[in-house]
Amino acid sequence: MSDASEILAPPSPPGFYEWLRKNLFSNWFNALLTIFSLVFLYLALVNVIRWMFFTADWRPVTGSPLLFLIGQYPRDQLWRPGLSLLICALLIGMSWGVWERYVKAFAIFLGILLGVLALIPLETPTITLVVRAVFLVCPFLIFGGFWVGRRSGVQGRHVTTLWLIAAIFILLVLLPGLSSIPALPVVPTTAWGGLLVTLLLAIGGIVLSFPIGVLLALGRRSSLPVVKLFSILFIEVVRGVPLVTILFMFSIILTLFMPAESRIDRILRALMAMVFFSAAYTAENVRGGLQAIPEGQVEAAKALGLSGLQITSFIVLPQALRLVIPNIVGQFISLFKDTTLVIIVGINDLLGIGNAVLNLQPDFVRLQMEVYLFITAIFWVFSYFMSYASLELEKALGVGER
Amino acid sequence: MVERRPDLRPAHQINLLMRCVQSARQVAHTCLTPAYMSVITDTRIRQKIPLWRDERALKAVAQIVSAIIIIGFLYWGISNFLTITEQRGMPLTYQFLKEPAGFPVAESYIAYEPTMSFGRAFTVGLVNTLVVSVSGIVLATLLGLIVGLARLSSNWLVNRTALAFIEFHRNIPLLVLLFLWYFGVFTRLPRVKESIILAGPVYINQRGIYLIWLRLTETGGVFLAFALVGVMLSITAWMVLRRIRETHGRETYFGGVSLAILILIPFIGWFVSGGEPFQPNEPVLQGFNFQGGLRLSPEFAALLIGLTTYTAAFIAEVFRAGILAVRKGQIEAARALGLKNNQVLSLIILPQALRVVIPPLISQYLNLTKNSSLALTIGYQELFAVGKITINQAGRAVPVFLMVMATYLVISLLTSLILNIYNRRVQFIEK
Repeated sequence: MSDASEILAPPSPPGFYEWLRKNLFSNWFNALLTIFSLVFLYLALVNVIRWMFFTADWRPVTGSPLLFLIGQYPRDQLWRPGLSLLICALLIGMSWGVWERYVKAFAIFLGILLGVLALIPLETPTITLVVRAVFLVCPFLIFGGFWVGRRSGVQGRHVTTLWLIAAIFILLVLLPGLSSIPALPVVPTTAWGGLLVTLLLAIGGIVLSFPIGVLLALGRRSSLPVVKLFSILFIEVVRGVPLVTILFMFSIILTLFMPAESRIDRILRALMAMVFFSAAYTAENVRGGLQAIPEGQVEAAKALGLSGLQITSFIVLPQALRLVIPNIVGQFISLFKDTTLVIIVGINDLLGIGNAVLNLQPDFVRLQMEVYLFITAIFWVFSYFMSYASLELEKALGVGER
Repeated sequence: MVERRPDLRPAHQINLLMRCVQSARQVAHTCLTPAYMSVITDTRIRQKIPLWRDERALKAVAQIVSAIIIIGFLYWGISNFLTITEQRGMPLTYQFLKEPAGFPVAESYIAYEPTMSFGRAFTVGLVNTLVVSVSGIVLATLLGLIVGLARLSSNWLVNRTALAFIEFHRNIPLLVLLFLWYFGVFTRLPRVKESIILAGPVYINQRGIYLIWLRLTETGGVFLAFALVGVMLSITAWMVLRRIRETHGRETYFGGVSLAILILIPFIGWFVSGGEPFQPNEPVLQGFNFQGGLRLSPEFAALLIGLTTYTAAFIAEVFRAGILAVRKGQIEAARALGLKNNQVLSLIILPQALRVVIPPLISQYLNLTKNSSLALTIGYQELFAVGKITINQAGRAVPVFLMVMATYLVISLLTSLILNIYNRRVQFIEK
């Protein structure tokens, strides 16, 4: 029937003019739109570039990079955040080796960024040669970690355990210090600030709110009316009020409900508020996944003689969580962005440091645009990489395909 | 007869065994001595489940324990609170709401003086929240629809520009965006004498944005009343005539009739009011400031722009998902049936897209309302900001705080209730 001669050659890939015609000038309306947006984009870009390189005054940013990174952390104790950074770099490299593409883009970007930070000429005395050396070592550590992580013996759970140990060591011992060890004098959290606090609140909030959120979701679907009622009440009340009110509640109102002599650390209170808030949203996301699991799965598990706890932890939750990974990552991104609200209760996170820097010198006062744009860029990069990793994860898990 | 099942737990095995024994006994009894049938009971089966393994008992215990833990925790907190308030002498009452507030509120849509009560100040804050939320919702929906459609455009450049807009706004904190707009743009605007003038005329300067606006004349109220009646009548006509068409299958031209009512009655009102219900109210420079027109304060404008663009980026994605969710075959089938383009849009695409769009849209609206509390940081005095000043002035943290939280909760619940009713109307009715 079909001769070889009848089979047409596959269409050749469109040339440049073909692509232009198809995508930009397919009809008169599109052509008009194209020309209009070209003019608009040209004007916008020219102005932005001119502003960035000629008008803008980046001294507040270039003058105090350490302030943006760690806030008022004592400068004679700089080796502690430095060591933390090195540990994190190594572990990020190992994560890249183990989980490949989810971390890859971020790891490479971080390596390049730290390398640039180490080599860029800045007119500040705060960035000493030692600090530059630490920054310069990081890309190599990341690559070394990648090389270690690639080896077959290293698995995801090993890296997860290492992360957990490192987190506990860094957050509970290295950074706050212990009064019993003279080499590690105590650094009160009032001195912490900048990106350090932002990341601490975000990661702490994410890690701690997740299990609570899962428990609340299970509670909301529980057959016990009392548990169900409390879960619903908690979730709906927290979701119905803004985060600001919850932060405020934990920073001001909480002390009124505690015994008079008890004191909770300021950053810890903010972290509690973030966890409190985020758990309710995580619960609703997880509930969506739980509802998507067909009843037959539970019945089959029961028929096999599994107990209620076993059914939940081995049958229902693994499937439900896989379904809602994109939503949960999206929620974590918004938690990360929401950490900026802690400036309202007086914590110097990245944004708070930005405000402080503006008051550093009298001629910095009018430079808000530069400082806030710099902060915007940092947040944008972190959130973008998170959503990128989530997209990759979604593809790998085949959400919506199975 | 009963095979050993290693995968079953002992309890199940015993259960199975008991059941077999019982049925064998029943068979034996029925066949041999029917007279004893009534004596047989399953007391042994019932006795078999001890209390600590009975599911109902366990559930009851679990509930009681969790209730005791939660209530105990709350009791502990509240008793702490009561001792502290007793020590400091600030009881949990709302008497202070009637006391004079003593602080000014920069913007208010209802009459307010610092000599008025705390309760009045609170209402002013609430109205400010509602104003910025409602205008933000309307603008964000429009902008979101435009960006969402641009994202679906076949024009590569338009498509990418929309993508850049969305990606920029979705990946940065709203608070930073507000700071960028307020401190980066609005506090750097020129002075009143050097106002930026846009077509309209719109004047932009340090004191805010001045727009041309309409001012009601003395007879304007008559026109407004007519217009209101016209809108209500046309909605009623639409619903009644549509119902008639649906039940009787008779063409009632409900669209045309209600449109005619909608135009005609305000038109009559226009004449009754003497032909001039409105006058344009143009901002004019008088002395050091502009008078007349509509003034948007820099705080309000920055908050509105920030909230609108931020939420619009999310809403654009919602609309895009909704339109993509309508299968191509639906449109092709509608065309094959001979529907016109506007019919395809209004009868096929929109009803199906709305179904997907509405639930996430509701949550975006609620987010916008809650996010308006960030206005505190740039000095627009809405509910939360007024609440915070009240706490400082009246020294009553907890009552004020409960009031603020309850108000947000009521707004959220009311909005989601209304929109959920609407949502139920547009959903598929499945058998």
